[in-house]
Amino acid sequence: MATLTLSGIRKAFGATQVLHGVDLEVADGEMIVIVGASGCGKSTLLRIVAGLETATEGRVLIGGRDVTALEPADRDIAMVFQNYALYPHMTVRENMAYGLKIRRLPRAEIDKRVAEAAGLLGIEALLDRRPRQLSGGQRQRVAMGRAIVREPKLFLFDEPLSNLDAKLRVQMRAEIRRLQRRLGVTSLFVTHDQTEAMTLGDRLVVMHEGHAAQVATPMEIFERPADTYVAGFIGSPAMNFLEGTLTGGGSAVALKAGAVIAFADGRRPGPDGMPLTIGIRPEHLVPDEHGLPVALDLVEPLGSETVLHGRLGDGEALAIRLAGRAPSGDRLRVALPAAALHIFAGEAGQRLDPPPA
Amino acid sequence: MSNAASTTDAAPKRDWVTHAVLLLGVVVFALPIWIVLMGSTHDSATIGRGEVPLLPGPHALENYATAWSGTRDRIGAQSMMLNSMVMALAIALGKIAITIVSAFAVVFFRFPGRQLAFWAIFITLMLPVEVRIFPTFKVISDLGMVNTMGGLIIPVIASATATLLFRQFFMTIPDEFVEAAKIDGAGPMRFFWDVVVPLSRTNMAALFVILFVYGWNQYLWPLLVATDAEVETVVIGMVKMIGSEANTEWNLVMATCVLALLPPVAVVMLMQRWFVRGLTETEK
Repeated sequence: MATLTLSGIRKAFGATQVLHGVDLEVADGEMIVIVGASGCGKSTLLRIVAGLETATEGRVLIGGRDVTALEPADRDIAMVFQNYALYPHMTVRENMAYGLKIRRLPRAEIDKRVAEAAGLLGIEALLDRRPRQLSGGQRQRVAMGRAIVREPKLFLFDEPLSNLDAKLRVQMRAEIRRLQRRLGVTSLFVTHDQTEAMTLGDRLVVMHEGHAAQVATPMEIFERPADTYVAGFIGSPAMNFLEGTLTGGGSAVALKAGAVIAFADGRRPGPDGMPLTIGIRPEHLVPDEHGLPVALDLVEPLGSETVLHGRLGDGEALAIRLAGRAPSGDRLRVALPAAALHIFAGEAGQRLDPPPA
Repeated sequence: MSNAASTTDAAPKRDWVTHAVLLLGVVVFALPIWIVLMGSTHDSATIGRGEVPLLPGPHALENYATAWSGTRDRIGAQSMMLNSMVMALAIALGKIAITIVSAFAVVFFRFPGRQLAFWAIFITLMLPVEVRIFPTFKVISDLGMVNTMGGLIIPVIASATATLLFRQFFMTIPDEFVEAAKIDGAGPMRFFWDVVVPLSRTNMAALFVILFVYGWNQYLWPLLVATDAEVETVVIGMVKMIGSEANTEWNLVMATCVLALLPPVAVVMLMQRWFVRGLTETEK
């Protein structure tokens, strides 16, 4: 168990800059999920922590010890791979014991640790089988077991659930979370799946084009996204973005679609007329006969809720999530509650908050 | 419906044709062996008259005994076959050992000149023994290795084909295994022994069969370099026994030939299961 510190991690493959300086502080026992679209550098970051790639710049500290120049084997980490990477010619027991055998642990100690981990994961009956005789979920457990027996300072998970079917994925997700809590091992978990990220992480790192766009708890990221990328990435269906300009001396927004809404939480700095991007989540829109008119073009009934897709008067797309059944008709008026608005700077897309009093 | 009808109608006829073709194939392949087998059971006079006996004769035991232990002026099959066996085993095992290590280096390590090394190996495919036989002979004779086992084996002990075969197989080993081994703390040679070699078992077995037969059947090179009875292999021995048409003891040549057939046949039969698996199955 240990802390993890990344400072100024940069990585370039030839001329292509993949990571543009990532900083991260992970507390002891914390589970951090690195989430982002493919190609955002999340796997590269994990591999740099593992020591499988070398950072072009920056330092990696595990438990306060600088491991930047160390081999993976000397970093005291364990990794769960996307395709599990179980050695096909070894039994489950041999797979789990292999790393310990190389470290020349006494036979009795190895047996004890393997038995404990197998008990923890419920795979005692599989110990003498070979990986090819196992189902996807069982292989996943064995891969976890191989990591656990090492008793490492750090667990690294590289999209370990992406090869499982949907039902098993949900089950294993919960299992990984329980196990991580119970063992209290500091963990990094890479995924592209926002549900996995929200449910697993103590904190999330949302990666975007080689930057950490936001590092925060799942609810903070959901409620106060740092920029339009994070706002659009987390949440399903995705947040709506509407164009507008600052007005009323910074106290309100004039939407291009034709409404002026006063901010609920105070003035934003900046001149009137400054372009803004207004974000509002589909579930926060409320039907209101005095609201903005929306021409609906698609209705998706999901049982307990309905997602409506339509366009505002100025042609901007809008998704609306309503509880229960869809209202009839192809027109709807919706209001944008001021308290549910997210205000972003028009071009940079950074979140704009009222200056602290 | 039409399907069912056509199969019931056409099947017996097609089967008959298929069997005829197969039988023809068997005859073409088996008849020479049968003739050799029968010839080895007659006395030299019978064959000397130009007869081609297709039925067994009465002299099997004495022919084989003579062929095995040799005559006053010729060494027997026993010592020639021992030479052949040593040579074939050394070639097969040596080739596997050398090629698996070179393929391992080319696939799993990044070093300056890696591509160059690979292409250098690849290009030797274009230079089989026959093409480079004179320079090779010059080198071996300058080293004083003519008429030694080393001289027989060393020039053919590396194989580009086998290196390429292992290389192709190694490239299918997922990177994750390498990375998992790194995290497990296995160094390169540990990875080689614990992961690469066990995964290559079936490939090695298939190669062993091919290379053993190749080594056993070596002809041109031993003909040049093994002129002494000490290191004569059974294939070369037979060539020398044929000597001149007039006084060739064909019954003994044929008996030696049958004896020389046995080890490759035994290897193929014993390793058949592994051989087929090595060619078809990839254990991943």
